[in-house]
Amino acid sequence: MSAVNEADLRELEPLYTRPESLTETPMRYCPACTHGTAHRLVAEVLDELGVRERTVAVASVGCSVYAYEYFNCDCVQAAHGRAPAVATGIKRVRPDSVVFTYQGDGDLASIGLAEVIHAAARAENITVIFINNAVFGMTQGQMAPTSLPGQVTTTTPRGRSVEQGGHPLRVCELLREVEGVAYLARRALGAPRQVRAARKAIHKAFEAQLEGAGFALVELLSICPTFWHKSPLEALKHLEQAMVPYYPLGEYVDWRGSAGGEE
Amino acid sequence: MSESTREAVLLKGNEACAEGAIAGGCRYFFGYPITPQNQIPEYMARHLPEVGGVYLQAESEVAAINMVIGAAAAGTIPMTSSSSPGISLMQEGLSYLVGCELPCVLVNMVRGGPGLGNIAPAQSDYWMSTRGLGHGDGRSLVFAPYSVQEIHDWTAEAFDIAARYRLPVTILGDAALAQVAEPCQVRLRGKTVALEHEWAVGGGLQGRERRIVNSLWVQPDVMEQVNLRIAERLKQASADLTLWQETGSAEPAILVCAYGVTARVAETAIEWAAERGVAARLFRPISLVPFPYAPLGEWAGRVRKILVLELSLGQMIEDVRLAAAGRCEVEFFGRAGGQLLYPEEVADRLVAMMATQG
Repeated sequence: MSAVNEADLRELEPLYTRPESLTETPMRYCPACTHGTAHRLVAEVLDELGVRERTVAVASVGCSVYAYEYFNCDCVQAAHGRAPAVATGIKRVRPDSVVFTYQGDGDLASIGLAEVIHAAARAENITVIFINNAVFGMTQGQMAPTSLPGQVTTTTPRGRSVEQGGHPLRVCELLREVEGVAYLARRALGAPRQVRAARKAIHKAFEAQLEGAGFALVELLSICPTFWHKSPLEALKHLEQAMVPYYPLGEYVDWRGSAGGEE
Repeated sequence: MSESTREAVLLKGNEACAEGAIAGGCRYFFGYPITPQNQIPEYMARHLPEVGGVYLQAESEVAAINMVIGAAAAGTIPMTSSSSPGISLMQEGLSYLVGCELPCVLVNMVRGGPGLGNIAPAQSDYWMSTRGLGHGDGRSLVFAPYSVQEIHDWTAEAFDIAARYRLPVTILGDAALAQVAEPCQVRLRGKTVALEHEWAVGGGLQGRERRIVNSLWVQPDVMEQVNLRIAERLKQASADLTLWQETGSAEPAILVCAYGVTARVAETAIEWAAERGVAARLFRPISLVPFPYAPLGEWAGRVRKILVLELSLGQMIEDVRLAAAGRCEVEFFGRAGGQLLYPEEVADRLVAMMATQG
């Protein structure tokens, strides 16, 4: 092994670096959690669009509660479920700011369902990044509004029974009927091609805001190996085989008129 | 009429409140309908756009107070108004405002309760307003006007006060003050709350460090420092803004303690009781947080009894007892459930108290 010449290293063009829109704070997410992927995709898009300095991120309550430590922009930490209302207040006062919320399924689809639907109905010019991993992670594995039928969680120890505990909510399918939505897509943080599609969707969701088109939301199907009690590879397989069939991927609304719908 | 006011106009308490807010520089209002305060959001919807402001009707009180949080984080001093059950719904957000060290102006036109209660005048939210607006170790400033004019003036002043101490400021009214119409000298519009506060997010970094508005402090020692910082500002506010008003006998045997609409009743009752030989004096707290403990305590050492009047089963009386510290007897006379006190019965009570003096 030859010695590395530092001068030679400096001449190399970096191929992969930390986006400026991420801080250097080490993330506290569990091994193999896809929050890190989602953070990075959002940060890359903010860099690409050159809007970091005028972006305000709204963190929610859940595993991503510390998002304000990771996104390198102005940040507000919101109460559980209220991020779209907080984002509304920010955007109404600072219409030139780029405002996005980053919410999990418990936050957005359970306690915060009213806020996200009404923000959409107002065509609030904000972007919502919605992480759906079908479980309450931060509180250690309870049933989420998006937990699949039969899914074992700490509060559905015999598997989610739809008769007893209700049906999973499909957020994109709900929101597609709401006037005021400019962009709406569901992507999965699984195979690399899916991650690339997710990045493209996030890009569009911020473009919608920059064009003043209205409300934009990207749902990212994510894995939670820790509380799915699966290895990372098993979790990715479960994402593909159980989550995607229940939550079809696709673009549901596109203000430019080219939404392909369910794929 | 001074240079800063227009001619007196006849306004309802709610309207005077809203116009006072605009004069005080309010440009962002988030609300949700609930009786008896509906004329506040209605007035704002009509008049805020005239001064380039934003009125937004939220989907709930929960959303309204969280829009207030966002707007306050973005650097303005936003406002919302509601009535008792709606304030209950806002308590989580109010706690976040205190925790995030954000200012706002909150109006509570109190109605009968608990539960859905009714829409009649009450003072039964004294505890909810003064004991910390929600969970956690924090309180915020509360002012209790007793006329349409005072509602107007205090709402106008509340924006500067909120900004100075980075705390929510509550204007505590009731269904009677909200609905009664009185002449009111309206302040001139022309002031606008600045957006450039040191905590404000948005508006572009332009060379400054990024800012974080947050109430999550996992390390107890850090959380305690935030608690102490908030308490310090409250202490400073107590030094600056402990306010009360006194009228009546200079050598009273009985001190009547009442705030808001009940103090109006007390003024008349004290006059009528004086005609019947009772020397009584009204002590009217205007700031409920900070409560005027010291001046009230001084009177407790000079009178034989204190009579506390409230439209509740007795909430402020706890503060009065703290102030009196055993130096005199403290009696209570109140009505609950939206019932009013009347001057006749209060005057009778004062006469009876004199008759039983030992």
